[in-house]
Amino acid sequence: MFTIPTDCRYTKTHEWVRLDDDGAFTIGITDHAQELLGDVVFVELPNVDAELRAGDEAGVIESVKAASDLYAPLAGQIIAVNELLDEQPDLINQDAYGGGWIFRMKALSPDDWQDLLDASDYQQLISGED
Amino acid sequence: MLIFQRSVEGRVALGQWVDGDLDLSDLPEAGLRQTKAVLPEVSELQVVRHYTGLSQRNFGIDTHFYPLGSCTMKYNPRGVHEMAMQPQWLSRHPLSAVDDHQSFLKILFELQQYLSDITGMPGVSLTPMAGSQGEFVGVAMIKAYHDANNDTERTEMIVPTAAHGTNPASAVMCGYTVKEIPTGSDGNIDVDQLREMVGPKTAGIMLTNPSTLGIFSRRIKDVSAIIHEAGGLLYYDGANLNAILGKVRPGDMGFDVMHLNLHKTFATPHGGGGPGAGPVAVADRLKPYLPIPTVVFENEKYRWTTKNDSPDSIGRLSCFMGNAAILLRAYLYIRLLGRKGLTRVADFATLNANYIMKRLQQAGFECAFPDRRASHEFVISFKKEKKQWGVSAMDIAKRLLDYGCHAPTTYFPLSIPECFLIEPTETESKQELDHFIDALIKIRGESETDPELVKTSPHTCVVKRLDDVKAVRELNLTWKPTIND
Amino acid sequence: MPFIPHTNEELKQMLTDMGETHVAALFDEIPADLLNDRLEAIPEGVSEMRLKRLLTEQLADEKMPLCFIGAGAYEHHIPSAVWQVASRGEFLTAYTPYQAEASQGTLQLLYEYQTMMASLMGMDVSNASLYEGASALAEAILMAVRVHKGQRKRVIIPRSLHPYYWDTVKTIVSEQKIECVPCDFDPQAGVTDLGALSQLSDENLAAVVIPQPNFFGCLEPVDEMTDWAHQKNALAIACVNPMAMALLKEPGQWGSADGEIDREANTRLEIGADIACGEGQPLGVPLNSGGPYFGFLTCRQKFVRQMPGRLIGQTTDLDGCVGYTLTLQAREQHIRRSKATSNICTNQGLLVTAATIYMSLMGPVGLRQVAGVSHTQTKKLVDRLIEIDGVERVFDRPFFHECVLRLPRDVDEVLRGMSLDGIQAGLSLKDYFPELGDCLLVCVTETKTDQDLDVFVDGFCRWLG
Repeated sequence: MFTIPTDCRYTKTHEWVRLDDDGAFTIGITDHAQELLGDVVFVELPNVDAELRAGDEAGVIESVKAASDLYAPLAGQIIAVNELLDEQPDLINQDAYGGGWIFRMKALSPDDWQDLLDASDYQQLISGED
Repeated sequence: MLIFQRSVEGRVALGQWVDGDLDLSDLPEAGLRQTKAVLPEVSELQVVRHYTGLSQRNFGIDTHFYPLGSCTMKYNPRGVHEMAMQPQWLSRHPLSAVDDHQSFLKILFELQQYLSDITGMPGVSLTPMAGSQGEFVGVAMIKAYHDANNDTERTEMIVPTAAHGTNPASAVMCGYTVKEIPTGSDGNIDVDQLREMVGPKTAGIMLTNPSTLGIFSRRIKDVSAIIHEAGGLLYYDGANLNAILGKVRPGDMGFDVMHLNLHKTFATPHGGGGPGAGPVAVADRLKPYLPIPTVVFENEKYRWTTKNDSPDSIGRLSCFMGNAAILLRAYLYIRLLGRKGLTRVADFATLNANYIMKRLQQAGFECAFPDRRASHEFVISFKKEKKQWGVSAMDIAKRLLDYGCHAPTTYFPLSIPECFLIEPTETESKQELDHFIDALIKIRGESETDPELVKTSPHTCVVKRLDDVKAVRELNLTWKPTIND
Repeated sequence: MPFIPHTNEELKQMLTDMGETHVAALFDEIPADLLNDRLEAIPEGVSEMRLKRLLTEQLADEKMPLCFIGAGAYEHHIPSAVWQVASRGEFLTAYTPYQAEASQGTLQLLYEYQTMMASLMGMDVSNASLYEGASALAEAILMAVRVHKGQRKRVIIPRSLHPYYWDTVKTIVSEQKIECVPCDFDPQAGVTDLGALSQLSDENLAAVVIPQPNFFGCLEPVDEMTDWAHQKNALAIACVNPMAMALLKEPGQWGSADGEIDREANTRLEIGADIACGEGQPLGVPLNSGGPYFGFLTCRQKFVRQMPGRLIGQTTDLDGCVGYTLTLQAREQHIRRSKATSNICTNQGLLVTAATIYMSLMGPVGLRQVAGVSHTQTKKLVDRLIEIDGVERVFDRPFFHECVLRLPRDVDEVLRGMSLDGIQAGLSLKDYFPELGDCLLVCVTETKTDQDLDVFVDGFCRWLG
C-alpha cells in the first residue's frame, strides 16, 4: 500500500503538491511514482525563476532503467529547488513527501490547486492502473 | 584483473617494436606530447592471455543459445568471416583508384540489386552503418521529399508506442515532432485512431511489420492507404525482416522507404555491439535523395557515385563507404543461402518461435497475444509470477544464465509489464529449443518453491548480480593508477 | 539452406506438438495477395567450398599495390595477435552487453578501452565508440549544442578539415538547423588563418572544430584556436588522428600553457579541448575499402551526461567483487526515446576490441615509435621528392606523416603511371580543392621501407620526366 497524505493535492502524472504557510507550493513525486521508477539516480532540476505553464516540463527523474519527465502542476514561477538531490537523488526513494521534495513554486492563480486531484481521487487513479 | 595491473614500466612487446631512428627535427617542441598515455606496458603473451581470458567471460552465439528478441542472433557462418578476411580485401584503401577496386565494387553493385529484389524497392544505398543510421537517413529522405514539394507544413511523424526507441529518436534528429499511436488489444495499431490522427501535418509513419510485439499487422494495406491519402510516406523498420524474408516484400505492402539490418537478417557478426550495417531501400520517388556513395556500372566499369551524380542526395553519412566489409559478409551469406535458402529462413525462424510459444502456453505461461500467430519472435509476460512470488522478469532472465541460455530481451516492448521478447532464429535445433523451454519451466518451479534462489541469481557466472545503481551513483568510467591500485 | 538444423522427423514432431500440419499455416495471418517468394535477382545457393573457389578466382586478378594514400585511412602494421584474438567467437558473436553478468569479457575490455582512449586524448572520459570518424565529429557537434541547451546553434569548422568530414557533418547536423560556418586556411601555411577566424562572428557560437593534423597533414595552431573558442564561451572540439596523439600534444593540454588571463572576462582560460573525437582506424583496424572502422569520442567529466553512445562503468556484485556494466543508460534511445541524446544504439565493439588489443601490444612507447617512424619515413620521401625539378611543398607549416606536393605534370597522369608500377602514389586533390588541382597528398607509414621509398622516387622521376 502506498502512502498518500491527505494534506496534498495530486496530478495524473504523479506529482504531489502541498500548499505551504507562505502561500507557495512544494512539489515532489508520489510514493507510488518512486516505487514504479525504482532507485532514482539523477534528477534534472528546473531553473529557479523559470516561469512555467501548467503541464510544462519542469525536469527529469532518472532511475537506472527509466527516465520520467516532471511536469509543473500549476502555472507560475519556480522559487526554489532541492539542491540536495544533486548529491542524494535517493532522497526521493527514502522520503518522497519530505526530504525528497523537488521544487517550490509561486502560482499565478493559487486557487487552481483546489482543482487538482485529492488523496482519494489519486488513490482511485492508481488502483485503476494495475 | 585489468590489463593495466599487469603492466610493468619499461616492458615492451619486442616482437612488435618498429625499428628506425626518429627524425622529429621539423616538429616544434611545444607541439609535442609531454605526458605518457595510460597504455599498458606488457609482453605479447600477456596481451594474448589477458584478452583470451576476457573472451572466456562472455556469452556469444558460438557458445550459447542467445534468443535476444529483435536482435536476430543467428549463427554467423565461419566461412563467411574467413572469406572476408582475405588480405586483398583488408589492404584495399577506400580512396584507391576505381581500376584497383573493381572486384569489390562489383560485389557492392550486386548486393544493391539483391536487396532491391528482397525489399521490392527499386533504389538502394548501402552506406548507412547501423539500423539507427538507416532510420535517420530514411526520415531525412522523407523530409527532403516533402521539402522538394514545398510541403513544409508536415511536421509530425507517427510512431507506435511499441516501436523501437530508435524510431522516435531518429524522427527527432530530423526535426520532427513525434506523435505516438497506441496498440490495440489484438496487437495491431488502431486503424480508426490512425485515421483521426492523420492530416496536413502528417509527414509519415514509422512501422515495423511484423511489429515489435511479434505480430503481423493484417491491415497494413489500410494503414498505407490512410497515410498516403493524407500525403504522408511510410517508413519500414527492417529489424524484423527475418520473419518475412522471401515471403513478403515491404515495397508490396506499400512502404516507401526502409532500412535493413544486415547484422540481423544476413548473419554478420554482432561483435559485442557492432559493427552493423543499415542499408536503405526506397521507392522511385525517393531515389533522388539516396545517400552517397552508391555504386553504378557504366562503360564496363563499376564506380562510386558523387554529389555530381545525385545533386539532391541527402549527402554523405561517413567519410568513406560505411561498414564496407560488413556489406561484403552479407553478400557472401546471400550467395551461400541462395534464392531457396533465403525463403527457408523465414519458415524456420517462424516455426521455432511458434514452437516455443505453443509449448510455453501449454506449460501455463502467459503469452501477451495468445490468439495470434507469433512471427519470428513473441512476447510473454511474468506479471503473474511477479505478483504471486515476487520474482521479476529480470530475475528469471538472470536465472536463465545459470541454465546456459542467454536471456531474451527483457522489459521491451515497454507497453507489456514484466515481459520477455523471445527470438530463437532458424539456426537453432529442436534440442536447444527444448532445453530452453525446460529451463523456463524449472525456473518457474523454483520461483514458487525457492524465490530467493531466483532473485539472487545468477550463481554460476563469473560475477554475481551486479549493482547497476552503484554504477550510476558512483560513476567510474576509467581506471586511474592512484585510486584503483 | 546450409544453416537450418531440422531433420524432417523433427519438423514433423514440432508441427504435431503445435497441432499443425504445415509450416505454411504459420503465415496464415498474412494477406495472401502479399505473399511472394520469387527472389528472381538472387542466384541459387552454393556451398562454402564452391563460394571460396569463386572468390579465389575473382581475387586472383586483384593487385596489391604499395599504398601511399592516407587522407583519413592509414595503413599501419597490424600484429597477428590483434585479429586472431578479436576473432574469437566469444567476442565476435556476442551482442551489446545487456546481460552484464554474461558479458564481463566485452564490458571489461570496453572499460580498458575507455581508459586508454581518454588518456591518449588527455581527457577525463571516453564512450565505448561510435561508427567512424566523420559521424563521430557530427555527434560531437550535436553534443556541444546540447551543452548549450540548444541556445547556440552555430559551429565554426575550418576548411582544412577533411572534405568528406565536412559533407558528413552537414548531412547529420543540418537536420537540426545547426549552422556550419567555414573558416579559411592560409594558402601559404596550409592551416587555419587565425586572422580570418577572429573576423568571424561569435554570435550563438556553440563550438569551434580543431583538426589535428588537418586534411593536408599540417599541424594547426591548436593552442590559439582553443583559447579563442574559450574566450567566446564556445567549446573547443578536437578532431584528431589518435596515432598522432602518441607523439603530438594531446587535446587535454591544448590552449595557452601558462593559463593566459582572458582580459574581457577577467578569468583564467581553461586548458584543454572540451571534446576530442576522431577516427580510430589507425589503431589496429585494416583499410578494408573504408570500413568498418570506429569513431571515438572523449570529453571532460562535466559533459558526460550529454555524451551519445554506450558507456561502461565499474561497479560491484552481490559479493562485493568488482565487475562492469552499461551505465548512464537513461541518456539513451531505448529509455529516453524521442528525448535521447542520440539515436545511436550500436557501437563498433569488434573494432574497439581490435584497437584495445593493438594499443596493449604497442604500449605508450611502442605507439610513439610507430608514429615517429611513420613521420620520419614521410619526411625522407618528401625531402627526396622536392629535389625533383618542379616538385615543391605547397604549405610551409610542419606536417605529420602526410604532406601536399605540387607537381609539374598532370597529377592524374602521374598517378596512372605509378599505378602501372604497382604504386598508389597518393591522392589527387583536384576533386576536393579546385585551387589545389595540381597537387598530390602523399602519406607514408612505418610499413614502408627505405627500398619502398627508392621505388617510389624512381617511378616518380620517370613519370614526371
